[in-house]
Amino acid sequence: MSCEIIIIGGGLAGLSATISACEKNLKVKLFSVLPVKRSHSVCAQGGINASVNSKGEGDSPYIHFYETIYGGDFLANQPPVKAMCENAPNIIYLLDRMGVMFNRTPEGFLDFRRFGGTKYHRTAFAGATTGQQILYALDEQVRRFEANGLVEKYEGWEFLRAVIDNKGVCRGIIAGNINNLDINYFPADAVIIATGGIGMIFGKSTNSYICNGSAQSVLYQQGVKYANGEFIQVHPTAIAGLDKLRLISESVRGEGGRIWTYKDGKKWYFLEEKYPSYGNLVPRDIASREIFKVCVEMGLGIDGKNQVYLDVTHIDRKTLEYKLGGVLEIYQKFTGEDPYSKPMKVFPAVHYTMGGLWVDFKQMTNIPGLFAVGECEYQYHGANRLGANSLLSCIHAGLSVGDNVLNYISSLSERCEDIPLKIFESEKSLVVSKFEQYKRLNGAENPYLLHQELGEIMTENVTVVRYNERVLATINKIKEIRERLNNVNILDSSDFGNQTLFFVNQLYNMIELALVIAKGAYLRNESRGSHYKPEYPHRDDQNFLKTTIALYDKEEPVITYEDVDLSILKPVERKYQ
Amino acid sequence: MEVIVTIERRKSPVESSYIETFRVDLPDSANVIMILMEIRKKPINIKGEKVSPVAFECSCLEEVCGACTMNINGRARQACSTLLRDLGGKINLAPLRKFPVIRDLIVDRRKIFDALKRVKAWIPIDGTYGMGPGPKVPEKVQRIGYKLARCMSCGICMEACPQVNDRSNFIGPAVIAQTYLFNLHPTGAMIEEDRLETLLEDGGIGECGNAQNCVKVCPKGVPLTYALGKLNRDTLIYSIKRLLDT
Repeated sequence: MSCEIIIIGGGLAGLSATISACEKNLKVKLFSVLPVKRSHSVCAQGGINASVNSKGEGDSPYIHFYETIYGGDFLANQPPVKAMCENAPNIIYLLDRMGVMFNRTPEGFLDFRRFGGTKYHRTAFAGATTGQQILYALDEQVRRFEANGLVEKYEGWEFLRAVIDNKGVCRGIIAGNINNLDINYFPADAVIIATGGIGMIFGKSTNSYICNGSAQSVLYQQGVKYANGEFIQVHPTAIAGLDKLRLISESVRGEGGRIWTYKDGKKWYFLEEKYPSYGNLVPRDIASREIFKVCVEMGLGIDGKNQVYLDVTHIDRKTLEYKLGGVLEIYQKFTGEDPYSKPMKVFPAVHYTMGGLWVDFKQMTNIPGLFAVGECEYQYHGANRLGANSLLSCIHAGLSVGDNVLNYISSLSERCEDIPLKIFESEKSLVVSKFEQYKRLNGAENPYLLHQELGEIMTENVTVVRYNERVLATINKIKEIRERLNNVNILDSSDFGNQTLFFVNQLYNMIELALVIAKGAYLRNESRGSHYKPEYPHRDDQNFLKTTIALYDKEEPVITYEDVDLSILKPVERKYQ
Repeated sequence: MEVIVTIERRKSPVESSYIETFRVDLPDSANVIMILMEIRKKPINIKGEKVSPVAFECSCLEEVCGACTMNINGRARQACSTLLRDLGGKINLAPLRKFPVIRDLIVDRRKIFDALKRVKAWIPIDGTYGMGPGPKVPEKVQRIGYKLARCMSCGICMEACPQVNDRSNFIGPAVIAQTYLFNLHPTGAMIEEDRLETLLEDGGIGECGNAQNCVKVCPKGVPLTYALGKLNRDTLIYSIKRLLDT
């Protein structure tokens, strides 16, 4: 008998999972709010890590593993990270076979560039649009399975709820069509969540508009553990914008770009001065803190604003065009300035969610039958992700999950068709009545303005530098916003393509996850990776070398801690001098 | 700066369109997406009437996903990378014309993805298990391949192409360029003939009228007419061979 599974999300993780499931002959229903080819993975620029050691530097997957754990300040469970780094060369070769147009050496081999947190040339790249190129290759493979009838796409459908039976097993989902507002149930033997990051909770970030974490939040509210929520990566180099903060890839520094500002009238290369051996390629959390310090504390930002220079003007134009064209084009288009002749102005921006849905080493959450892969789960990056490890973790988890799902399904005594339909019906009516309630909202608040308020306070207080007093005030403010959300106006009475309806639902969910982030940050009285508290400036392994676990409660999350698997490497102090 | 924005709206695919005008105040560095976001925050038209927010699609906001493509002052482009300072004080927004409208500025571009399926726009790999490195690709092939592979299926080339219309099934320049990309790759070339066969069918390369609008409007500089030219030759050679073989 053929088994059907559901995958939510069509980025690198979701598409890799789809491919691995199809190879096991599992039929896949693939849900995505947009056509999968437009997923956020297209924004990944710099590259994907694999220790192929093609430059004869003595690199190896073990060193990659060590640097990933070290870069993540020892917060990641070690065995899955080791497996990922060992699998990385295979993944690069596979992508190459799929036709990804990676940059080449003159002899026709794959080229590799440098990235942060390492001294090796370990990052394969396709210009400066690597994520887009890899996503397209996976999209094409999935289209092939679609043509063979193994994949059925539900593009323009949003995940709204998991169906969990009375034994606590996931049996399918409730989803809504964002155009005709049809809300329906979809039974399945397993569900894989691959819904990416949560940048929208911070209002403006480098993330796409669709990265709101709504799916993760719904699951958390249904009892799925959420891990390490407070670990949010702030990328050091982005361009300010009114609608979003556009990423300027770390690969710009990997290819020789330099960060500087003026001090006493002279150019000051502060990263190179303070971190002589890694220079501009210190990990992102460190670079962001230093830029923050220079601008906010010392007031040395360019033109008195919160910005420093990222300079590539010393590199020849042809090299820049071939290796960084895509990202320099973005800078030029949005600022109107020429990065080839004038240094770029950049500032840190919320970029990546290290935390996420808790999963075991087989990518399964604490709800049997519910799996998670990609940025929406917490497993591979600890307290800080190294650049170019995100594409890798998405694809590694996605490609390995097919096997795990098949094993899980074979162990089931009851299949989804044995589950009484009334369970699905009642879960569906829960969601339907919630949406009916939203339609009646006719208060005074505008949901989009409320979201803006949430984003501003989160960015102000729960990003690079965190003070307990301000984080606590933020928690109270989030709760106030949650109250005010009951007084919003739905703005649109239409039964077709009503975007506000879905947005209000997303906003409810963003608020719950904001509380997870803020409370996790409040309780973690130490500094580790991306989480930095001036009041507690050091890492405290004795009390906090632990995974934060948030469980949903109506008022605010209940936080507990779990041990980290340190079975391979012994924690040492992290420094990049 | 103050801008007067006139938007062609539609409540659903079955209803007829109507025009609504808004007044918005934004810095001139803002993009067209910001106009639509401002309207959401204050959905009141120029007459002072409360109206529903304008529906639109967007995602990456940096011109790599293709979602926010629409007609801006009569020209199809991405709303995220179109800045107010390049437009002046009067702005017209309308949905793409060559695709069915869903609501307001949102259109259904499924036909692009269906066409990609038709031309087998993929590399036929055996499977994902480890088989070692892929075939070596010369740097010069990579350079042209990468340019073709940046196509984000936004539909602008189809919007500009006179041959894409109600009376033809033309699959359009973007999909044809993708066909060339996959024929270029050593493994992709193994099913080259299947693709050329499809291009010779109804809606294929024979429909191209060589207007060359596509390459002028492509936001990513995809060498569309280069690929079309190459495939014109390849399909011709293939059809002669096919004739000789029968």
